Amino acid sequence: MSTALQNLVNQPYQHGFVTEIESDVAPKGLNEDIIRMISAKKREPEWLLEFRLKAYQHWLGMEEPQWPNVRYPKIDFQNIIYYSAPKPKKLASIDEVDPELMRTFEKLGVPMHERAALAGVAVDVIFDSVSVATTYKQKLAEVGIIFGSISEAVHEHPDLVRKYLGTVVPSGDNYYAALNSAVFTDGSFCFIPKGVKCPMDLSTYFRINTQESGQFERTLIIAEEGASVSYLEGCTAPKFDTNQLHAAVVELVALDRADIKYSTVQNWYAGDAQGVGGIYNFVTKRGLCQGINSRISWTQVETGSAITWKYPSCVLLGDNSVGEFYSVALTNNYQQADTGTKMVHIGKNTRSTIVSKGISAGHSNNSYRGLVRITPKADGARNYSQCDSMLVGDQCGANTFPYIQVHNNSAKVEHEASTSKIGEDQLFYFAQRGIGAEEAVSMIINGFCKDVFQQLPMEFAVEATKLLGLKLEGSVG
Amino acid sequence: MIYQDSITLLEVRGLCATVSGIEILKGIDFTVRTGEVHAIMGPNGSGKSTFAKLLAGHPAYTLTGGTVAFEGRNLLELAPEARARAGIFLGFQYPIEIPGVANSQFLRLAYNTLQTQRGKDELDPLEFDDFVREKMKLLEMNPDFLDRSVNEGFSGGEKKRNEILQMALLEPKLAILDETDSGLDIDALRVVAGGVNQLATKDNAIVLVTHYQRLLNYIVPDYVHVMDGGRIIKTGGKDLAVELETRGYEWVSTEYKTTARATA
Repeated sequence: MSTALQNLVNQPYQHGFVTEIESDVAPKGLNEDIIRMISAKKREPEWLLEFRLKAYQHWLGMEEPQWPNVRYPKIDFQNIIYYSAPKPKKLASIDEVDPELMRTFEKLGVPMHERAALAGVAVDVIFDSVSVATTYKQKLAEVGIIFGSISEAVHEHPDLVRKYLGTVVPSGDNYYAALNSAVFTDGSFCFIPKGVKCPMDLSTYFRINTQESGQFERTLIIAEEGASVSYLEGCTAPKFDTNQLHAAVVELVALDRADIKYSTVQNWYAGDAQGVGGIYNFVTKRGLCQGINSRISWTQVETGSAITWKYPSCVLLGDNSVGEFYSVALTNNYQQADTGTKMVHIGKNTRSTIVSKGISAGHSNNSYRGLVRITPKADGARNYSQCDSMLVGDQCGANTFPYIQVHNNSAKVEHEASTSKIGEDQLFYFAQRGIGAEEAVSMIINGFCKDVFQQLPMEFAVEATKLLGLKLEGSVG
Repeated sequence: MIYQDSITLLEVRGLCATVSGIEILKGIDFTVRTGEVHAIMGPNGSGKSTFAKLLAGHPAYTLTGGTVAFEGRNLLELAPEARARAGIFLGFQYPIEIPGVANSQFLRLAYNTLQTQRGKDELDPLEFDDFVREKMKLLEMNPDFLDRSVNEGFSGGEKKRNEILQMALLEPKLAILDETDSGLDIDALRVVAGGVNQLATKDNAIVLVTHYQRLLNYIVPDYVHVMDGGRIIKTGGKDLAVELETRGYEWVSTEYKTTARATA
């Protein structure tokens, strides 16, 4: 590999800093007492404590999954802090937010005021595990939309939370989902009532802050009949040497004719150039197209984390429902990603589209793993999958593991895959036209990801393009 | 055309190079002045394409000796992109495909990079669109070229037209066209050659690397060089090309060896 390319892919993480805010921290380790403590701290109703304890019992009987194509030292679950909350509790307005926290957001290039005002985005800020500021809440409330932290929702809308929590991802679904169900501390809750089109994109910035604190976010989004919403999730974390476990659960429920679009840009600390440190990101994201003609669309741009284990999925239960998955996963240095989707067709005439773009650089390993299942009753189901991999340099790896299970003869399932490489010849071609390696790589990568970026909301697409540039940029020698 | 008041653009002296340890160029002397058209001919494996790519700075070749001056500057210390910005253009024998990158986007970036280098204003996408469409007429190109990915799925002829389009946009001082005629049918050859002729001025120079005399019916060279075994073994006028077409390369090689022996 040319030195230009090597320099290009060795770009240090730009968001590595720790904000000093006092935390209310639980002792390390996990047992029923810790779960009771979390529940008590959050003054939760009895049913939620039971939900947690049941999940914990499930978890105790489960094994850590071994099938992903990722390698990491065994996690000591007793060496993790399961609860930490920033000291300042409830704030009336965004002006009361800790200035230190605001500066953190400045450093991240996410000026919240500006963002909210200019882009018309409501930001529900998650700092460690407790929401500290919620904007635009009032405005949304006028049209009946509930958007805030899930802890709040447990108190203010207990019936809604109780009705839907764990219905898409049951507490015993998988090892990490069970762990999350037992210890989740906060996350977002979003409810769009019947017939309401959410007037703005809803956005959450996640940030992992306390060293060695596991992050267990829980997000629940419900769109009632004919409702629609576009939800944005963006993440970045400070630099640490010890690995941080992150096991989030996201549940989406779309009723008849409802439309949910969920977009993620993820840029967590990926470890240093030697592969030390970085976030372990073991996430369960699933959407249920419960009603007829409903649609759930996942778009993700995954650029961070030491390990990514994530399969945003759609269960297409309602007739004519549509599931979509658009993904860009970029790995560099020693990052490992095993990511993809599951599309489970149950209703008649259900359709799904999968477009996955994997970019591997450095010594990284990038796998696409996807399941398309057509169940016996899913007459006329259709799926189209496209999985493309791009290699930057010759030390990295790309794999595709497509699983296709068809139990209905009327189904139509297509799968396309390709692998390409940014080669010396391409870079020379650009150079001969006066274009340097950095710009060339950025142009090739953005061209490669175009089909996915087109799915992102405008501001997010710009951010994602910049982010990919950053991840591969460096001084060209 | 040979002009009285021409100035020296390129001066190559004793250039030697290897690829993967194998000696490909064994001492090339070659001078190009403004306004001139040179043709470098020779059998397969004689080192023509290597010479062309080496001048453009292709990283696969290792220089082992010699000097190259471009407008008096040491060309060999410049990175490939700096050579391009200095005004050297290589028309590729096999233009590279770049999936996902629209031709219009690529052409505009290349054009604006050079404009900036020359201290001129960049063109915005709309201005550039008008500008490039005008240039495309010169090569009888279909406007849908702009929306397609760079060279992806292009026929051989389309790729070569795209190369000359880039030459038209970038207005290089020295254009080295590596087997631009290969893979072209007679009509395409006429169009491409017509385009090149229109781009030739008294202030720039063109070096054609080719196997066949065919191209030289359309673009008339001032000098014809024969390359063999990594050296330029004969230089003549345009008639040399015609002679090569009828007699082949063998006799030049024999003649050179005889002379070399006589001198030794």
